[in-house]
Amino acid sequence: MSGVLSEFLQFLFSGLTVGAIYGLIGLGFAVIYNASHVINFAQGEFVMIGGMATVFLMAAGLPMPLAVVLAIAGAALVGWLLARIGIETARGAGVVGLIIITIGASILLRGLAQVVWDRNFHPLPPISGDAPIHVFGATLLPQSLWIGAALIAIMAALRFFFDHTRTGKAMQAAAIDPLAAQLMGIDIRRLVRLSFVLSAALGALAGVLVAPITMTYANVGVMLGLKGFAAAIVGGLGNPLGAIAGGLVVGIAEAMTAGYLSSAWKDVVAFVIILFVLLFLPNGLFGRAEVHRA
Amino acid sequence: MTFLRVTGLTKSFGGVRAVDGVDFTVRANDVFSIIGPNGAGKTTLFNLLSGLIAPDAGAVILDGEDVTGLPAHQLATRGLSRSFQNLQVFFNMTALENVMVGNHRHTARRFLPCLLGLPSVRDSERRTRVFAEELMHYVGLERYIHAQAAAMPYGALKRLEIARALATRPRILLLDEPAAGLNPAETAHMDALIRRIAEDGITVLLVEHDMHLVWSVSDHILVLNHGRVLAEGGAREIRANPQVVEAYLGHRARER
Amino acid sequence: MSNQLLQRHGGLALLAAIIAAGPLFLDNGFHYNVAILAGLNAIVCIGLNLLIGHAGQISLGHAGFFALGAYASAILPERFGFHPLGALLTGALLVGLLAFAIARPILRLRGHYLAMATLGMGIIVSIVLDQKVDLTGGPDGMVVGDLTLFGQALRGNLAWYWLVGALLFVTTWMALNLVHSPVGRALKAVHGSELAAAAMGVDVFHYKVLVFVLSAVLAAIAGSLFAHYNGFVTPDEASFIHSIQLVTMVVLGGMASIAGSIVGAVALTLLPQLLADFHDYEMIVFGAILMGTMILLPTGVVPTLAARIRERLA
Repeated sequence: MSGVLSEFLQFLFSGLTVGAIYGLIGLGFAVIYNASHVINFAQGEFVMIGGMATVFLMAAGLPMPLAVVLAIAGAALVGWLLARIGIETARGAGVVGLIIITIGASILLRGLAQVVWDRNFHPLPPISGDAPIHVFGATLLPQSLWIGAALIAIMAALRFFFDHTRTGKAMQAAAIDPLAAQLMGIDIRRLVRLSFVLSAALGALAGVLVAPITMTYANVGVMLGLKGFAAAIVGGLGNPLGAIAGGLVVGIAEAMTAGYLSSAWKDVVAFVIILFVLLFLPNGLFGRAEVHRA
Repeated sequence: MTFLRVTGLTKSFGGVRAVDGVDFTVRANDVFSIIGPNGAGKTTLFNLLSGLIAPDAGAVILDGEDVTGLPAHQLATRGLSRSFQNLQVFFNMTALENVMVGNHRHTARRFLPCLLGLPSVRDSERRTRVFAEELMHYVGLERYIHAQAAAMPYGALKRLEIARALATRPRILLLDEPAAGLNPAETAHMDALIRRIAEDGITVLLVEHDMHLVWSVSDHILVLNHGRVLAEGGAREIRANPQVVEAYLGHRARER
Repeated sequence: MSNQLLQRHGGLALLAAIIAAGPLFLDNGFHYNVAILAGLNAIVCIGLNLLIGHAGQISLGHAGFFALGAYASAILPERFGFHPLGALLTGALLVGLLAFAIARPILRLRGHYLAMATLGMGIIVSIVLDQKVDLTGGPDGMVVGDLTLFGQALRGNLAWYWLVGALLFVTTWMALNLVHSPVGRALKAVHGSELAAAAMGVDVFHYKVLVFVLSAVLAAIAGSLFAHYNGFVTPDEASFIHSIQLVTMVVLGGMASIAGSIVGAVALTLLPQLLADFHDYEMIVFGAILMGTMILLPTGVVPTLAARIRERLA
């Protein structure tokens, strides 16, 4: 009996850990979507930059905390550039055009990472070592606790940001009605850039947090980005907290599939979820339905 | 002779009754105008009649046939077409091609013949082109026949949409605020065009805010308010109706 | 409209001339290889462009259809004794049916959601091809037998060149016919405004499904031919990167331009071969082309050039 329980807990911990990461990435999707109605196909690359930049800055001699801060700042800069060059200049490119631009950015960033850094796998040292903690026969990595703590801290910070700062409230207004927001003097372009910076920072942080567990490499952003997207749409695109919940759902579903079925089909889970939500639950579990004004 | 009969048409959006039990009939070849303040439900009613949305309750009988809830492309088969207030022009085509789309149901459009470029398709294309050119002359847009739709001025685009809708060979034409954004000269042209269309045997249903046009062109007027029918009748009756004046015309009369 | 007819026939004549003159300029096996691959990509891109450029939809998973056609030509003869031509046709039919089945739920989506759904579909295909080792040979792929026509095995670059050239010509001819027909105009109308198209009697959904299935079948046929020509298939044929390459060819060449599809396919099949160390920079170049084209030349190379030429002549 306890064998079954500890096995289940093992999968659950693993699912929550990776789900928290998906949630952070999904959060990035939600923030950008809210500000600009763009789905940023390059979101996964921000995660990659966080991990890879930290690795190489540390290899160059910097202490880890400094490397992490610089890596996140670097990712934020890339986010700003993407908003400035990719999104703002693409007036009238239409939805298909914007999709192609962010996909192009994703591919470009991956290619640059392979050339500037390398194509190898790299681990990062965990924040407080990797001595496993035992819970009811299941093992929990300390890094998982740090990930959970980071998630809670970010959720609180975002809640404060959106509800109690002018910029945060402006972003909410812009999400609901961009035209009205503009008429009230809110600079949408600045908000879009800010949303990209914020999402990039969140993505990079996720990359730094997960690299000690799963290693980082130039193409790590592809799958992570897609799973982050699954998280975002399960939660209802545009709902930041929903994205986090969605991430946990996707992570747990994936862990359970890998544990009880087969790890070969693990990656399919996220795509099946994406298709299921798109086809049957387009507003996700918590999203607001779009009102059609006839 | 009744051409269109609407009974008890109702549509709600999330608890708000946009259209609430609307009844009216339209006689063949009439110009029938629907007026009312903003939020009265005119646009919703229009979208219900043209098949963009389906009603929650009620019926629409077109020339004796129950067409309630049919989608737009099937209504086109029954001879109903429309123009759009916020211009749904095909900006990725020329003006002529826009009008040619209207003729779609009467073209040789089976897949294999089109894929093989059979003579029947080429003939159909030639006939459609000629018909579309005639229609562009009809609405007064002959100088734009080879123009890109994206390069045309607003007033011309409003008429282009009408030409396009006429290409479907409709029996009833729904015009959604045809005079919106037009200057007095253009409005006068629109007035003449609408009369001509009705004289040529097509029933015209329009939603409009420009009261000069409404009084001038309408055989019958329906006044909507809060999703319900407030009044119905000829121009003189409607102008004199105290409730209508109160709800809709009053401000305008005072402003003048 | 003799101007349009002249353009059409002139374009086809030019294509025929280029294909016919090809062997004069192709010196070795490598050249032929690139030309044949470019031709196959062009066939896929013409179909994909009808979907993306004309009808205004999007597919980030079209490599999946290509791969399914390729694997049909690998599996059906090898494991079920099909004649290669029968396998090709069966593969095309099965892909058509699959595309039809997917199209109904997926094409209710628009924009980003449609993009994501097609992306998901493509990746699912590549995962299945990767995992079903007993059927597909798994990540190591499968050997493919010869294509036989009239009892003869099609071997040698010259034979393949003429076959692909002829098929490209036929595909172009049919695409031109379609574009200049009521169906082509209906597709453009769907792109221009679904509301207005419906009000004019165009069954929007029917046409979306039609063009989706057509482009899937074309991709499958090209995939089958690729399998026979290459002699080998792997799950990489269904990869996301392959789907993106196809979209890049369409975007670069010019959306809603048949000539653009051919130009884009040739350019981006040629490009990797021209740059020696290209493989390292492949992604940078593709990414830069995608971004650059959409930002600077949103209508693509061929339509932009055509517009500039028209301006000069006017």
